[in-house]
Amino acid sequence: MSGRRNQWFLIFIIVIAVVSIWLDLPDNPGLHFIGIDKEIKTYLGLDLVGGTQALLEADVPESTKVDDVQMSTARQIIENRVNSLGVTEAVVQLAGDRRILVEIPGIKDPDQALSTIKGTALLEFIDMGSTPLREGSTVKSDYITKSAIAAPTSPPVNQAPSPTPSASATPALEDKVWHTVMTGADLKNAQVTTDQLGKMAISFELNADGANVFQEYTTKNVGKFLAISLDKKLISVPRVESPITEGKGIITGDFNVETANALAVQLRYGALPIPLKVIETRTVGPTLGQDSLQKSLTAGVIGLIICALFMALYYRLPGLVADVVMLFYALISFALFRSIPVTLTLSGIAGLMLSTGTAFDANILIFERFKEELRSGKNMRQALELGWRRAWPSIRDSNAATLITCAILFWFGSTFGATIVKGFAVTLFLGLVVSLFTAVLVTRTFLDIVLTVFKPSDQNKWFGL
Amino acid sequence: MLNIIGKRYIFFVISFFLIVPGLVVFIVDVATNKLPLSIDFTGGSFAEFRIKSDRQILPADLINVYNSLNISDVQVQTTNQGTFVIRSSYLDEQVRLNVISAIEKETSGTVEVLRFDSVGPTIGKEVTSRATSAVLVSTIIVATFIGFAFRGVANAFRYGICAVIALIHDIGIVLSVTAIGGHFFGWQFDALIFTALLTVIGFSMQDTIVVFDRIRENSNIFRRLDFESLVNHSVVQTLQRSINTQLMTVEFMLLALALFGGVTLRNFAIVMLAGLISGTYSSIFVASAVLVVWEKKEWRTWFRRSSEVSA
Repeated sequence: MSGRRNQWFLIFIIVIAVVSIWLDLPDNPGLHFIGIDKEIKTYLGLDLVGGTQALLEADVPESTKVDDVQMSTARQIIENRVNSLGVTEAVVQLAGDRRILVEIPGIKDPDQALSTIKGTALLEFIDMGSTPLREGSTVKSDYITKSAIAAPTSPPVNQAPSPTPSASATPALEDKVWHTVMTGADLKNAQVTTDQLGKMAISFELNADGANVFQEYTTKNVGKFLAISLDKKLISVPRVESPITEGKGIITGDFNVETANALAVQLRYGALPIPLKVIETRTVGPTLGQDSLQKSLTAGVIGLIICALFMALYYRLPGLVADVVMLFYALISFALFRSIPVTLTLSGIAGLMLSTGTAFDANILIFERFKEELRSGKNMRQALELGWRRAWPSIRDSNAATLITCAILFWFGSTFGATIVKGFAVTLFLGLVVSLFTAVLVTRTFLDIVLTVFKPSDQNKWFGL
Repeated sequence: MLNIIGKRYIFFVISFFLIVPGLVVFIVDVATNKLPLSIDFTGGSFAEFRIKSDRQILPADLINVYNSLNISDVQVQTTNQGTFVIRSSYLDEQVRLNVISAIEKETSGTVEVLRFDSVGPTIGKEVTSRATSAVLVSTIIVATFIGFAFRGVANAFRYGICAVIALIHDIGIVLSVTAIGGHFFGWQFDALIFTALLTVIGFSMQDTIVVFDRIRENSNIFRRLDFESLVNHSVVQTLQRSINTQLMTVEFMLLALALFGGVTLRNFAIVMLAGLISGTYSSIFVASAVLVVWEKKEWRTWFRRSSEVSA
């Protein structure tokens, strides 16, 4: 009978409670067994921890179709670069067919980092012969990238030099199209170092192909200038002193620590196959983040205490039961957030607070119906059963309306101007689901048990009638 | 028993006076193009800096810095936490770097970045169109849902329509509050406020459903009762519960958030508070009342003397 059913429910509830408590423990060791390898911790969003979120888009005209493979490669390169900057727990994801979302928590110079990771970083070794141009000048080379063919908005690259048809004077030095001997694609590694004079420089290592080309070129061109350009701008114009056979070299130029590091990061993982531009950035400083976190937690705790007090004072014993149920609610919700995992943002906390209010709401619905049935003369047990049965459709239907709204909010929040909305929708949705669960199972079971244990002769006093 | 439905026209008038002033402000702002939409919808840049310097820094100094970098549409405000809020057109990451170093040079101080958001124009447009769709879709879905949930009752679709009317009432209140807040207190209509709007839609429906649910239940029990008395009876029964839930629990949480939750969530909490209170109010005094008006086809009596209409 209902006693037996209650026993099973109680055992189930206790199991869930224990699992939740374990999941909620700080410094949880995580789950590492049978192929599951999962950290269990609280994931806080950028607006609570401080950091930057940026949306990068392929810098090609609207109508041009963007190649999936290239976007995928670009994403990987960006991720490598971000990690190389020493950022932990960064997120780099494709968003749609032409955008990449980058989330960098806790970074001190977000705009510098963005500059570094989004740079195309096309490195070229250009044969300048005996007429070197100055560092910093822009050059045209005969190297054609795949995206350059498709995208007229990239820096213009001239076709392979054909003999100029007109009989006019030889083209001016600025318009000359130089020959690219080798590109950064043949680089195996790039590191920051210092040259003999102690200035910042980049040392690089070439792969087998590159080493061969390099050796061949340097052997035939001792005394000539081999310029190095980055995105068509000359950064270094050294002279070939002797043939280079080991496939290593050094790039000197006007670098300080930051720019040298940035360049090394860019070169290390290759040039981006598609040029990217930043179309949205959101940065929250760590102090504001910390402040927001503390304040919202305080608000949450205060709200919770007020609601709990209200329940206990107004509904007496059932109110206290409700407060215990809410404790379960909090445990289970947090356990869910830590294990799925759900990143908790500021708006997420707001959503959680709202759903907590609704969870109290469900309990109140049950109690009010319960009181009504008692007033109409039923005994405790019948009143509870009827009260529960009448309250449930109300709870279910009304929460359904809000759940639908959450789905719509989630869809809306997937636009990148409004990611703040997504966090809210997710926590509100999960909170409501958990509140339905606790209302169905926990409140009812506890009230049933209380009635069994507690046969008060003085119903009115205990049950707040 | 309280006669709430009997006095329904009084409550219609109250609603009118709650919504209309705010809506007037709203419409004026739309007409003069001063609607305080945040960069989430319009695109542009929003920065909040704390500048530590020995010199006294005026907003005009910062405007000069921005102008010297050829940035247009700059507005600078000071907050009562001693920070500067600077709005401008969209800045890419290179310009942002330049801005910060230029400010530091100009003021001989250090800039602490509290927030720095830049939204490109395409994103702004996308968000705006999505926002409009979201509101329309929500309203349609929820109205349909109610029609479906109440399909057993006579005239089921009326319940859906009346719920939507209550919903429009609540949206009106939210827009009023936001417009007044924007016009007189400098609030911005950003993605978070929009979230408040959509959430109010959800919760308003929630509350309306509870009242309608009671009406449905009572219509099976009290078959002899005339409609107006039935609705009034149901409304009074749910009054206690409505007040306790909406006003006591969710509102407590929001109040705590508004008072203690910090600046970023404060406007959101206030708008939600107003919206949810309105949601409760509208379920009782608007949705149910309109149901009765509809059933009794009272528009026939509005423009004629009552003696001319058959009972």
